[in-house]
Amino acid sequence: MADAAGRTIVVEQLVRRFGDFEAVKGLSFEVEKGEVFGFLGPNGAGKTTTIRMLCTLLRMTSGRAFIAGFDVRTQPMQVRRSLGIIFQDPSLDDRLTAEENLNFHGMIYHLPRAERRQRITEVLEMVDLEDRRRDLVRTFSGGMRRRLEIARGLMHLPKVLFLDEPTLGLDPQTRSHIWEYLLRLREESALSVFLTTHYMEEAEYCDRIAVIDHGKIIALDTPEGLKQRVGGDIVTLRTDDDAQMERVIGERYAVTVRRDEHGLHFEVADGETFVPELLRTLPRKVLAVSVRRPTLDDVFLKLTGREIRDEEASALDRLRSAVRRRQVRR
Amino acid sequence: MIDLDGIAMIWLRDLLRFFRERSQLLGSVSRPVLWLLILGTGLGAALRPGVHGTSAAAGESYTQFIFPGIIGMSLIFASIQSAISIIWDREFGFLKEVLVAPVSRTSVAVGKALSGATLAVVQGAITLVFAPIVGVKFAVFSALTLVPVMFLIGFALTGVGILIAARMTSFEGFGTISNFLVMPMYFLSGAIFPPVHLPEWLYILVRVNPMSYGVDALRATLLHRHYFPLPFDFGFLAAFAALMVAIGVIAFTRPE
Repeated sequence: MADAAGRTIVVEQLVRRFGDFEAVKGLSFEVEKGEVFGFLGPNGAGKTTTIRMLCTLLRMTSGRAFIAGFDVRTQPMQVRRSLGIIFQDPSLDDRLTAEENLNFHGMIYHLPRAERRQRITEVLEMVDLEDRRRDLVRTFSGGMRRRLEIARGLMHLPKVLFLDEPTLGLDPQTRSHIWEYLLRLREESALSVFLTTHYMEEAEYCDRIAVIDHGKIIALDTPEGLKQRVGGDIVTLRTDDDAQMERVIGERYAVTVRRDEHGLHFEVADGETFVPELLRTLPRKVLAVSVRRPTLDDVFLKLTGREIRDEEASALDRLRSAVRRRQVRR
Repeated sequence: MIDLDGIAMIWLRDLLRFFRERSQLLGSVSRPVLWLLILGTGLGAALRPGVHGTSAAAGESYTQFIFPGIIGMSLIFASIQSAISIIWDREFGFLKEVLVAPVSRTSVAVGKALSGATLAVVQGAITLVFAPIVGVKFAVFSALTLVPVMFLIGFALTGVGILIAARMTSFEGFGTISNFLVMPMYFLSGAIFPPVHLPEWLYILVRVNPMSYGVDALRATLLHRHYFPLPFDFGFLAAFAALMVAIGVIAFTRPE
């Protein structure tokens, strides 16, 4: 179900304070039926806090939100019934089998017994775990557990699926495997997907992305639209005198040059014709040069002046995958 | 507010996990053996007959005297385990899956109290198997009266556990608090010494301990004698259970 305008998520001026700290500072956005909508931002940007409020797990300080037409504040039970969620951290009972996990899920979502049995088979087939139906979850790999969680989140036929960092702590191969399932799902149903991520590659799968930083949306557009904001191609250059060349290039081509340990970086409208011209005329020796299309990393850098995967984020990531390993060992 | 599907799911899951986990079953068998054999025999040998207030005429041994207390201990352990599973579920994420589902937190907490009480009865009943070995004779009929007593004690103690677990986020913290509660509760319950001829301060502690009335009711059924009026035992236990589960539910449902 969606509201009259076909929107499954409507958020207006959402705010959450923890004491003096304002984690979410007045977010407003809408997600349409069948849309894959991404929240992109570094750790601590307020992504998980937003999801927890929309899922009725955390009270909002102020603002309004509607899921599938239900008011998150006043109709929490209807909201919960309308959404499926895959949490950032694992939430399966690994002492139970895949089937038991799904069956208990069906029970607390009030599915009758016969419907539970039918849906268990359907969702297990969808994520290719049908042959592991009666195996204990503790024998599953990280990727299989994630797939089972996706199956569980979809079991009660939600209108909106929330994915909080769906592939965090998984290896790249498993990550792309998970996305195969999600993309297939999006084609097969009119489900709206709301996901948070700080992986740029993951954000590329979204129809629209909200870039979020310090609890605020600083840009909201399609991945292509966001990339167009960067303005052109990214040229990276290393010379035997970067400091001097930074100045020369900046003055000659009227571009903003950024210098770091990897060399000089700047944007130009058409990189492929620009570089040969640059190499002919540059007074110093060029050691290396590359031209690439802008990525969402560049977008984030441009919008915030920071890299999205800063030191803090990767430390947290390490911690998280350590927790994951601990779980698997248990 | 009360949601049968939610209660049933919590209850079924806890029972399924208990019977699947061999170590828990083994623990509930080995613990009473340990206490009966070592404490009962060892301490019984050190005590002069009659000192512990046993009826010498009936030839009651110390091991027999502490038998109802050992059942009480099984109930305490079962309830604590139940409360620990809440912290465990929070730590390892499963609690979130339950809390985001369209069931009220009240039904989750009530389901937990019921599963804790049920598992307490199961583990108490396992301990009961040792009764013939230590020479405690009771009619099948009295086993039936034991079930509600054990259930009531388990229900009350799990309520205490939920109350602590609702506000506790770490295993360490829970360990500290439960040690602080479990040991005194057990030692002051009349389980290992009779609640008579005690110094005033100790007697007061025994009388405010709800477990005293649980052990007393168990002893009444198993050994046909008791130190407090039976209706008082049941009244105190029932009131305490209702209060604890109510507070436990409130603590558990307080929103963030």
